[in-house]
Order: sequence, then C-alpha cells, then structure tokens
Amino acid sequence: MFSPIDFAILLLKIGVITLGFALPIGGLLTLYGDRKLSALIQNRVGPNRAKVFGIQSSLLSLPQFVADGIKMLFKEDAMPDNADRFWHFIAPALALLPAITLWAVIPFGDLYCTGTVQVKDYMDVCVGGEQKNYFSIANLDAGLLYVFAISSISVYGAALAGWSTNSKFALIGGLRSTAQMISYEVTMGLSLAGTMLIYGTLNLNEMAQQQGALLGGWLPAWGIVYQPVAFFLFFIAMMAETKRAPFDVPEGESEIVAGYFTEFSALKFGAIQLSEYVGTIFVGALVATIFFGGWQVPFLYGDGFHFGSGGVDIAVPYEGVVALRLVAFIAKTLFFVLLQFMLRWTLPRFRYDQIMNLGWKILLPISIANLVITAIIVLAF
Amino acid sequence: MVDYGALFVLFLFGIALAGTIVAMATLFGKKLPNRYKKQVYEAGSEPLGDARIRINVKFYMVAISFVMFDLETVFLMPWAIVAKEFGGAGLAAAMFFVGVLVVGLIYEWRKGGLEWE
Repeated sequence: MFSPIDFAILLLKIGVITLGFALPIGGLLTLYGDRKLSALIQNRVGPNRAKVFGIQSSLLSLPQFVADGIKMLFKEDAMPDNADRFWHFIAPALALLPAITLWAVIPFGDLYCTGTVQVKDYMDVCVGGEQKNYFSIANLDAGLLYVFAISSISVYGAALAGWSTNSKFALIGGLRSTAQMISYEVTMGLSLAGTMLIYGTLNLNEMAQQQGALLGGWLPAWGIVYQPVAFFLFFIAMMAETKRAPFDVPEGESEIVAGYFTEFSALKFGAIQLSEYVGTIFVGALVATIFFGGWQVPFLYGDGFHFGSGGVDIAVPYEGVVALRLVAFIAKTLFFVLLQFMLRWTLPRFRYDQIMNLGWKILLPISIANLVITAIIVLAF
Repeated sequence: MVDYGALFVLFLFGIALAGTIVAMATLFGKKLPNRYKKQVYEAGSEPLGDARIRINVKFYMVAISFVMFDLETVFLMPWAIVAKEFGGAGLAAAMFFVGVLVVGLIYEWRKGGLEWE
C-alpha cells in the first residue's frame, strides 16, 4: 500500500508532528503558560530556582521545567492497595492516546504542489504536477468526524482513571469530568454543523483552502466571518472539554484534591497532565483551522501577495509561501493557546450546577438556533 | 486508502508511545511502599469504606441525554454536508428532525431532567 519512500515520509511526519511539535514544544510552552504566565497574571514570580551549572540565570525558567520532567520520571509510582491494578495502568495511557492521535487530521500547510502553481479566483491551482500531502499525517475526507470520534474516546481516560483507584475523591472527579465532557460534546457537534453547511466538507484541509477567498475583495473569508456564534460556542465547549479553569471542577483542588488523578504519581500522573496540555494546544490548532483560516495568510496565494489589483503585487517563491503558511498556522495556534491561558487565569471556577446549566440550557439551545438560522440563510442565498 | 493506512500507523505509534511512557513509570522510580502510602487519600483521615459506591442517578440522566442529542447531531452532519444540493426538501426534512430534537429538549427541561442541585 505504501511505497518505501511514502512510508518514510509518513513516519517523519508522525515523528515531527507528535514528538517534535505536540508533545515537547506544546508541553513545554503550555507548562510555561501554566506556571510562569499564571504567575505574571497573578503578580507572583513563579518557579525560578533551577540553575544550570550553578549559574544564576532563570533562562525563562526552562531549566525548571526540564528538571521537573526528569524528577517526575524518577518518582515512585504509588498505587493504593485496593486499586484495580490493570485499569490503573491502562487509564493514563488511554488518556494520552487520543491526545496524540487527534493530530492526524490537522493540516499544518496546504498540499504541496510539485508542478507550477497558478492562482484562479483566490484558489491555488496545481498545474502539471502532483499534490503531495506533506503537512498533515492523513488528509481524511471525514476529518472533522474523526476529531469528534477520537475526542469522545478521551472521556474513557478520565472516567477509568477516577474509577480504577478506588478512592472517593477520584471517583467523584471521574464522574464529574465524564458528565461535563459528554454534556459539552453535544454543543461541540451542533455548533460545527453550521460550519459544515458553509464549507460543504468535513476535510479540514479543504476548509482551510476555502478560507482563502476574499469577501468583497478585501475581507478574508475566514470561518469566523460566516459563523461568529459557532466560534464562541465551539471555543467554550472545547475549553470545557480540556477540563481546565474555569471548567476545572473535575479536578478542583480546593474541593476534591486533584480529582480523577488524585492517586496517580510519577509518569502516570505525567501522562495525564501531558494529555491535558496537548489537548489545550489541539484546541488552538482546531479553532485556528476551522475559524481562522488554518494555514492561510491573508492575501497570500501560491505565487505571492494579491492585494486586489488583479495580479501579483509582491511575488514570493512557492517555498517561501509554504514556509510563511507554516509559520502563520503555528502563530495562530499559539495565539489561541495564549487566549485560553488568559481566560483560565482570569475567570473564577464555575459551580458544577452552573456548568451543567450553561451546557444544556444555554449553549445547546443557542447552537440549535445557530444551525437553523445558518441553514435557512445558506439555502435562501 | 493511503490516508487510512497512515491513521493505522499513527495508532500503532500512539499506543507504543503511550505504553512506553506509562511503563516507564513502573520501571524507574524506587518503590518504598508503606501502610500510609498505600491508603487512598481522604483528607488525612482513615478511609471510610470502599469507593465502589452507588452513583447519583443524575449522572445516568446526563448520559442518556447525551446519547440522545449526540446521535441526533451525528444524523444531522451528513445532511449539513450536502444541504446545498438537497435544497428546500432537504431543509424541510432536517428542520422537522431538529424540531423533534427541540421538542425532546423542552420535554426533558420541563420534566426537570436538566436540573442539577
């Protein structure tokens, strides 16, 4: 099925996207956001003790995070006596697996054209060559459906982690997180049904391609222009899915210790934490792809910048375009990661009944209304 | 098909990676268990009984509502993709379907299935 060279490229893509981007860069950056940025927002100093060879330099506190990682590796893996040993082992892995596999469908750039690129009606057309998929692991036609399917699986990690330890705090945390995640999944799906109506596809790369169009010749046709309400619904629902503040009742420190991972230590705890951090970045990447043009840079097409004069205004070589798009995508992703952190450290925690009310009585009716209105508008025009 | 093959490879890779990380937790790290470390944490006191307790029925309600509404969402997605080709008839059918969904939501709301106190 794969030629050896295709298989090598696939392994390279998997390695770079998961081991090179999502886990280390994502993990470090979000750890940074969680500890240093939160300190900045709350007027604290944050972790600053670790030194490299005794040199008093905080180096953005990066040594601290590396030291924490190494420390976590050599911590004792404590397991309560009457815990379910099998599921205590499986649950952290089950939490991490969806966080890794979700990245399959995120396009970091457009399909690479081996021929010449022509621009027609604000779309890149590949002439005399193949389109190679170098910037996403799998260019699935069912991309968005795959995202829904896999993010549903991440419920199992939390639920089983809570149940397996045989601790009441963990059980309550697991139940709370399960109920919260499945409640917001309904809104997540319904709010995106509107965007599916607009794009007419589930393929995330095609969505990004369509967002290269210009409305009235100047406004980039990003998803948020068509579906502003869906963006807010989706962003709130995805924030609830990541189980962090202000939706952090499943692991509310002041109520139930650490929630469903109270009894996890060492790298098992690390795996659960890592899955949440990677989830945060994934939310950023998905929101950027669906609502903010993905890898699109406004006015930039395959052969350069077009500012509406009908031709190329600033010519850019194709390799430069690809690089700019990659940078743009990562920048957009990091912006939404940052936005989540700002919200996370600004808003107080909701009460549990408020979370359920918000999910079922406010977001769900709004998302149904959004879908109905979008459908009528799309079909009327 | 190549894309689904890629997914398969990614899943194998993900399982291997997640398994390795969790396995490392048990491989490294000295084990010095004692009675208190092996107890579950219950705010410092001796644990009272087992945690395999009966669960509030509200969680069951949420699960049932989720299955209902999420299935309806999944049924709406294929229509949403091809809505432009289906035109008015498709819209009418989909709106009837959404109408049933809304009636179900109102019914559940009025019955108190969404209350959480």
